[in-house]
Amino acid sequence: MDHFEVVGRSVIRKESPDKVSGRVKYLNDLSSPDMLHAALKTSTHAHARIASMDIKEAAASPGVRAVLTGKDFPQYLGLYLGDKTPLAINKVRYYGEPVAVVVADTKLAALRAAELIKVIYEPLPVVDSPSIALKEGAPILHEEMASYAHISAIMPEPGTNIANRTKIRKGDIKSGFEAADVVVADSFSFPPGDHVAMEPRAAITEILPNGQVIIHSTTQAPFVVRALMAEYFGIEPGKITVIAPPIGGGYGGKAGIQLEGLAYLLSKSVGGRKVKLVNTREQDLISSPGHIGFEAKVRLGATKEGVLTFAELSFLFDTGAYADYAVNISRAAAIACTGPYRIPNVSCDSLCVYTNHPFATAYRGFGHVELAFAIERSIDLLAEKLGMDAMELRLKNAVVAGDTTPTQSVLDHNTGNLPECIRRVGSLIEWDKGTVIKKEDGKIIAKGMGCLWKAPAMPTNSDGGAILTFNEDGSINLHCGAVEIGQGIKTGLAQLLAEKLQMSINQVHVVYDVNTTVAPHDWATAASRSLFMVGRAVLDAADDTIRQLCHTAAAVLRCPEEDLTVANGMIFVKDEPSISLKVREVALGYVYPDGTAVGGQVIGRGKYIARRLTSLDPLNGAGNPALEWTMGAQAIEVELDPRDCSYKITRAASVMDVGKVINPHIARGQVIGSIGMALSFAGKEGFLLNERGQVQNSDLRSYKILRYGEQPEYLIDFVETPQGDGPYGMRGLGEQGVIGIPGALANALSRAVGKPLNRLPLTPEEIWKSKEGKK
Amino acid sequence: MLKLEDIKTFTLNVNGEKKSVILGPTDVLLDVLRDKLGLTGGKPGCENGDCGACTVLLDGVPIKSCLMLAVEAVDHEITTIEGLSNTVVQDAFVNEAGFQCGYCTSGFILNTFALLKEQPEADDAVITEWLEANICRCTGYDDIKNAVKLAQNNLR
Ligand code: FES
Ligand code: FES
Repeated sequence: MDHFEVVGRSVIRKESPDKVSGRVKYLNDLSSPDMLHAALKTSTHAHARIASMDIKEAAASPGVRAVLTGKDFPQYLGLYLGDKTPLAINKVRYYGEPVAVVVADTKLAALRAAELIKVIYEPLPVVDSPSIALKEGAPILHEEMASYAHISAIMPEPGTNIANRTKIRKGDIKSGFEAADVVVADSFSFPPGDHVAMEPRAAITEILPNGQVIIHSTTQAPFVVRALMAEYFGIEPGKITVIAPPIGGGYGGKAGIQLEGLAYLLSKSVGGRKVKLVNTREQDLISSPGHIGFEAKVRLGATKEGVLTFAELSFLFDTGAYADYAVNISRAAAIACTGPYRIPNVSCDSLCVYTNHPFATAYRGFGHVELAFAIERSIDLLAEKLGMDAMELRLKNAVVAGDTTPTQSVLDHNTGNLPECIRRVGSLIEWDKGTVIKKEDGKIIAKGMGCLWKAPAMPTNSDGGAILTFNEDGSINLHCGAVEIGQGIKTGLAQLLAEKLQMSINQVHVVYDVNTTVAPHDWATAASRSLFMVGRAVLDAADDTIRQLCHTAAAVLRCPEEDLTVANGMIFVKDEPSISLKVREVALGYVYPDGTAVGGQVIGRGKYIARRLTSLDPLNGAGNPALEWTMGAQAIEVELDPRDCSYKITRAASVMDVGKVINPHIARGQVIGSIGMALSFAGKEGFLLNERGQVQNSDLRSYKILRYGEQPEYLIDFVETPQGDGPYGMRGLGEQGVIGIPGALANALSRAVGKPLNRLPLTPEEIWKSKEGKK
Repeated sequence: MLKLEDIKTFTLNVNGEKKSVILGPTDVLLDVLRDKLGLTGGKPGCENGDCGACTVLLDGVPIKSCLMLAVEAVDHEITTIEGLSNTVVQDAFVNEAGFQCGYCTSGFILNTFALLKEQPEADDAVITEWLEANICRCTGYDDIKNAVKLAQNNLR
């Protein structure tokens, strides 16, 4: 009998033929003649009172069906903190904030009318950075904060610009400081930026006469959208259907609730007709939420042998005008604040702070790219001061099972092997051959390293589900709530199922679109947890399927159910395989020769809910918020020309302990994609903001991202310490590859120029300024 | 505002088929292909010439269809991704997983297809010169590079 070894093989993605033929339908590919089109009018100021708005001319423009402004929708909405109306009312808080919207027969008519809306602003003083936002006398951006609804896990501070504060107190900083022989202290920062998913965000909404609200959305979190839409607008959840087609890149940027609320209100304003709202690229960059900005202060101490004794950390997250996911990003960063190092005494204050910048949402790494940049730079500064090799210092302090995290939860035996990751990454990048090498032509080759850890930051009751149905040939349809965002989730889940049922993966059919009325509940396609949690649900559903198949077969074969097993499309007696039935003979009910039918169809049901997660203690942050920890080490090699500080990234190495690798090619692709994105972020990206808070680079010509040819040679490896509760021992890996890279790049370039580079992005100009001591 | 006399019927030659379409003078090729002909394989990524997601071939030459008026394409052969089927380039993108989310993919494939037709022996520098016109945010470009190399080898 064939043995199907599906897990651990690089099977080709299920959607491959359709994606290379342009036949996958993304949201904006859906259109119909009955559809109306919306266009946004956005703010030209970062902080201003709206003195007046004149919509008369726009409303009279041909083809226009409605023009709506903030006053039409006075509800405050927000993922965790209700701080935002769908359109600004009275006041705008960031450049690009939607102030009005036009609904018209065509996209062109809507865009044209939006141009005709006249807004007069009275500019207000701009809050330009989180540290300025915390100063005495800084303008308060949300005077009404005290009245905002919020979830209990976050703690906004009315009367200030603080949307959330998470405190970590572990051990005793004072004694940690006294035990230290060497202490480094420095600041690190970068501006806000964007995910730049190639597919701009979009939503289509209609309201049927029976009250059913149908929302098509570019969302990674259709069930979050359903729940929040119900809550915001008082709609019965069962009357909301959210459909998420495959997404053209998410990276966290589509994980919350964004255009859906507005699209619903627009549909409502035109009698429930279907309305399509699509971001332009410019709006997607600045009007919709992007990547958070960051300012950190780190004090780190060690004994002269290089044993870390304390870390004192202050993280200021620049959430911009609204909080969205950011109040949880600052919290997630606190949970992991030290990076994967054993530090007995930790104090961390992680704040989510309002400014007049474009607002922030989840971004691949969810707070960890940020903290890791500050920590990994500090580790290098400390190594330098200690006169110790930076890799050696990392190895000496790398966490292992039995150590505790900043929240005082113990890393269990499932914890990955970080020292092994560090050693392997060191050999991939040839660390021992030298970390600074001067070439004959004057160029300098330099290497830098960065470590990472990450646990999913998610609600304690996050869950996944799977339903399996059969076709006449015994093949299976796999239904679940996980969204295909390019990570290959449908293929990964199909692999788990095929392995479990010992069948060909070609016999597993996946459904691209997620429809919340049809699919079982799923928290969200975020936090690198889908293959873990939905995977567990798929395995559970497979067990359920086997049970049902064997139950019916036992009656037909007249043998005990427990003697039967399923493989290779057959149900058979384990020790006498010739006594058997075909799965397809049983899956839709068994029919005897005389026509009598028994058993009925098999419908496999599976579920999973996160195990034993707890909330954090508000005073010291103690708790168990982490499902699993993925560990890793990464390294970058650059070649820098000291004359103009231009550089090429020559090699990027990454070794992560991800448990069992389910699909090596896809896993490798996720890590490489993460590295490419992180190099782009650290080397090029970020909004250029003028002193009035206006974004100067709001298109892809001026907002530079990594292009073909700029990518390094990628050296990727995995350590596979099994995750006991992960499907076949796997752990999440979709985001982690971004985390160590910015620190590693900054460490390499700092080494190359002999000056600390503590600000991103690391453009040649910025490096040159630091090198020459210019401001 | 559009006046009736501005609108005329034209014939566009798309993927070897003659298509009759009503075009206004300001209609952009990308929009016409997507909205009037249902050929949604070309994607709006920036509508500003920066990302290449909208790439189509005009007489075999890759162009950004967001920057071209539809009337300019009259009398030319337009090839969209829907016009390619089971080509060596597409197979190579499947086998090397030269995509993740797939949004940039039709642009990369069409660009590669045209490149390898025109310069089968293109070296890395030439390949870069062609493909830096397109942005991919998912792959870090490695699997795309592998796909292009595989296609190049298989075409030899
Ligand atoms: S959509 Fe044409 S280049 Fe981006
Ligand atoms: S595959 Fe997603 S942008 Fe290229």
